[in-house]
Amino acid sequence: MFDWWENIVSYLIYNQMQLSQDSHFAQALHFFVYDTIKIYILLVTIIFVVSLFRTYFPVEKVRAYLQGKHKLVGHVSAAFFGMLTPFCSCSAIPLFLGFLQARIPLGITFSYLISAPLSDAVVIALLFSLFGWKITLMYIASALLIAIIAGLVIGKMNLEKEILINVPPSSCCSNGTQSVTFNSRLNEAWGETKLIFKKIYLYVILGISIGAFIHGYVPSETIVKYAGGDAWYGPIMGVIMGMPMYSSAAGMIPLVEVLTQKGMLLGTALSFMMAVVALSLPEAMILKKVMSLKLIGIFFGIVGTAILIVGYVFNAIL
Amino acid sequence: MKIEILGTGCAKCQSLYENTKQALTEIGGFHQVEKVEDLVKIMEYGVMNTPGFVVDGEVKSTGKLLNKQEILDILK
Repeated sequence: MFDWWENIVSYLIYNQMQLSQDSHFAQALHFFVYDTIKIYILLVTIIFVVSLFRTYFPVEKVRAYLQGKHKLVGHVSAAFFGMLTPFCSCSAIPLFLGFLQARIPLGITFSYLISAPLSDAVVIALLFSLFGWKITLMYIASALLIAIIAGLVIGKMNLEKEILINVPPSSCCSNGTQSVTFNSRLNEAWGETKLIFKKIYLYVILGISIGAFIHGYVPSETIVKYAGGDAWYGPIMGVIMGMPMYSSAAGMIPLVEVLTQKGMLLGTALSFMMAVVALSLPEAMILKKVMSLKLIGIFFGIVGTAILIVGYVFNAIL
Repeated sequence: MKIEILGTGCAKCQSLYENTKQALTEIGGFHQVEKVEDLVKIMEYGVMNTPGFVVDGEVKSTGKLLNKQEILDILK
């Protein structure tokens, strides 16, 4: 899809600037210029399309739909809605409380809460642009599965008392102004795209820079040694390293692209990326306002285990 | 008028607060703008998609970063 752009960059760097194709610097520079522009184009396009799509699925509607849905149907649809509705960790808590207010069971609420960041548009957009549709589909399928199963398990554990705030049932419904015309939806989606882009573009550059450096200078043997087939602890390392990283998922994926090209196993890479987006310590700090440490611990434990399993399964079958 | 911006400190909430203050200087007169970060209060308004934009106790918009013109339209 971006062959034309690769040709232009190759022409500029190897012909115009007359750098040798063998030099580390030229390879790193080529990677950096090519990837940055490619990722920015794809990010803006995909975020815009998803944001537009999302204006049709405000959380209020999702909540109304999930209300009174039973068990498995509830978990499955909650996980799917997680893909569609806007999400950022600063809005996680009002959302969480809003679901409980509508008396949606805790387990189903968690299915949604886990799915939303895991299958976030930015993550999917980047995965698709760097790893292709096959890996992206596998990622999405595992993300949904993790959200459904983790939610089911949490729902079974009777943890309602671990919510620290007394949640009254919702008496009224928020009557937010609904954008009706297609034009206003376009405007809203464009505004959203700009906001998201502003938030992540630096992380993307940072990730690509480190990736470009590794691409040009770090030999494959080094990566294979620490994250390749012989390192059985790969996924565990991935999860542990992923946890403290936050909102840098956008920058992390270009980096992981390089690592896998250099021999990191895909399952390990997936574990790492999922831990970055789904298990972040800063988010745990925010969640502490409304739930007990015990519940956060259980939440992290279950999701972390699920991510590990995904990592090992992919390492085994790919 | 009393305007409340509901939100737990996200970037969008901050920008909406700024936009609201700008819109109010255009309207003139004495109005009150307040940022509400208390979760229980936000919950009482039934808002789960922040920022919430509340005028005199009535929720006018949720989850959107309104620009100055949109705020003026709501306030008129």
